[in-house]
Amino acid sequence: MTTKPELLTSAASLEEMERLIEAGADAFVIGESRYGLRLAGEFDAAMIAEAVKLAHPRGVRIYAALNNLMDNVTVGTLPDYIRSLHDAGVDALVFGDPAVLMAARSAAPGMALHWNAEMTSTNYETANYWGRRGAVRVVLARELNMDQVLEAKAHTSLAVQVQVHGLTNIYHSKRPLVHSYLEHQNESDTKPQKAESNSGQPRYRENERYLIEVERPDEQFPIYEDDNGTHIMSSDDLCMIENLQELMEVGIDSLKIEGLLKSIEYNETVVRAYRAVIDAYCADPEGYTFQEQWLDAIKELQNPARELSYGFFYKEQVY
Amino acid sequence: MSIQTKPRYTGKRHRLSKPELLAPAGNLEKLKFAVHYGADAVYIGGQKYGLRSNADNFSFAEMKEGVEFASRYGAKVFVATNIYAHNEDIAGLEDYLRALEEAGIAAIIAADPIIIETAQRVAPKLEVHLSTQQSTLNWQAVQFWKEEGLPRVVLARETSFEDIAAIKANVDIEIEAFIHGAMCSSFSGRCVLSNHFTDRDSNRGGCSQSCRWKYDIFEEDLPMFSPEEDKFTMGSKDLCMLEFIPDLIDVGVDSFKIEGRMKSVHYVATVVNAYRQAIDSYMADPEHYELKQEWLEDIHKAANRPLNTGFFYDTPGAEDHIYEPEDKQAPYDFAGVVLSYDEESGLAVVQQRNHFKPGQEVEFFGPHGTFFKQTVGDIADEAGSKLDAARHPLQHIVMKTEHPVKPMDMMRKRVRP
Repeated sequence: MTTKPELLTSAASLEEMERLIEAGADAFVIGESRYGLRLAGEFDAAMIAEAVKLAHPRGVRIYAALNNLMDNVTVGTLPDYIRSLHDAGVDALVFGDPAVLMAARSAAPGMALHWNAEMTSTNYETANYWGRRGAVRVVLARELNMDQVLEAKAHTSLAVQVQVHGLTNIYHSKRPLVHSYLEHQNESDTKPQKAESNSGQPRYRENERYLIEVERPDEQFPIYEDDNGTHIMSSDDLCMIENLQELMEVGIDSLKIEGLLKSIEYNETVVRAYRAVIDAYCADPEGYTFQEQWLDAIKELQNPARELSYGFFYKEQVY
Repeated sequence: MSIQTKPRYTGKRHRLSKPELLAPAGNLEKLKFAVHYGADAVYIGGQKYGLRSNADNFSFAEMKEGVEFASRYGAKVFVATNIYAHNEDIAGLEDYLRALEEAGIAAIIAADPIIIETAQRVAPKLEVHLSTQQSTLNWQAVQFWKEEGLPRVVLARETSFEDIAAIKANVDIEIEAFIHGAMCSSFSGRCVLSNHFTDRDSNRGGCSQSCRWKYDIFEEDLPMFSPEEDKFTMGSKDLCMLEFIPDLIDVGVDSFKIEGRMKSVHYVATVVNAYRQAIDSYMADPEHYELKQEWLEDIHKAANRPLNTGFFYDTPGAEDHIYEPEDKQAPYDFAGVVLSYDEESGLAVVQQRNHFKPGQEVEFFGPHGTFFKQTVGDIADEAGSKLDAARHPLQHIVMKTEHPVKPMDMMRKRVRP
């Protein structure tokens, strides 16, 4: 028996959270779009408190997403918001903007901080920098390869979180780009710009709106707008289930399944499959072998327009 | 672009002190022209750690020469070390930063905290300026960086005048803002399109400008466009705040930054020249300041994209993006640079930078408002042989100018209406 990594995911609603806990999730990142980026659904402070009540008795942890790039107005509300999360029993704050670190130091000293600057969390020295300033976990960029991930784990005392499944954000603009395009075409955008709170449905679906680049006709890049601007997502879904032991062998602390833009059924299946892999590996690392049925269950629900890929784990990039 | 005569930003005046004009310099020649045309400081890239891996970039020897040249004008040289480092980039960082300090570089522009911290430790004479790649939008984040010992923050391009005023009101620190040039349409650093499309790492200098490509957009698998309509793009118009110098000075921006380490020497000289004159004119007499039409005209002579005001007044909308096919040609081309002038004969020696010939309309311009148009008369090589055209790159051409000119004045020719 080896130490089990945390299986972390997102949730669009309390209902989805219940089902994903049943499926084997150990922790959730939730929040509201004012403070967090690209959330599967909206959880205001009261709902986060509900989520904690639902999660804690089952040994499940709740992390609040405060990883937005904060504006001056939002900064003024951070101390109260952070205090309310602290009082609700939230297990950690996920931050990218140093303003959150500053606010947390005074509003809730001692509260765990996870550093997540998305595509710019790229090396262990910088993770250690934020560790010296209070972070206890680094969320590594999805654009790193396996060697870089393993090396980061070896050179930091912070807990290391790595995304292992789902789409990733590849572009974030503050500009309302779809809206502007439609205006340019003299059409108005009739789509709702905000998901209903607790609707039980994902905020947007991956095929609701997408981009295609002329030389890559088979790749669909989901695009959506919200209060934080325009988000473009990867055309493939990261899927490391076959290679999860490479991350578990070195003790990666948290494995993240991103459930954004996916149905509850899909996320439930994915969580269950990764749960099975983690449990099987940790019960007997030496005798562990991957079983195709775990992947097959995911493939059955996988949108055929979206490839399951290894992301950047085995790729070389130039610059 | 319409001419704005009144300030659009009506917030409280912060203070009135002369801002730094900070220009890009892709190579040593561009550095010299940027400084000569009025930049108070220039920023360059070295061989490593910069975000323009395709630019010429400076060797340490070139940096030293650049620093020496700039110091004659009282100007400073900054080096962009603005990548987000990967594990393997960190080896060699200390030596590199020490070498920058040794070369007399005044500051580095850095985004990755490990580069910031390492510079503070091993090269304490280097100032560290926080790069726009950190996408800093709020005063509390600025306060954080001040407490970390940084004297200057380059704000995110998404900050408005209100944001800048709030930051200046809360934190005593130098604020640098982009005022001219091309813009990422994403939050800087928050884009890995190149990584996904071309396996090039955008945050280490490999940006393929995929935001300027054209895309088809679909909703529920149906196209949101008809075949004759413009395609979707994220590509932004370029920033130009020349018309709003008083607003920028009044709100307290300490350094006015021009984008463009990849731009031509003609572009850099032209843009610096226009902003230099506008800033000096406003500072000399703020009450009676008027924007001169010719400054704006000059900008358009070198501009290769339509211009806008970014996020300063409002979030960019449909009119701020480039949906039509891009025509990146500037209407004027750099034709030559003056090497010397003989007052007695009125003859100048001009180094050829582009084809020109007798009968062509050209403009001469230089720092401090030197400007006139003329028709090219007879031209000759230095041996005195008459030429029908200046064909050879860098050839020295002797020609008569209608007014006195000085070394480093430039000659441009119109290449399109």
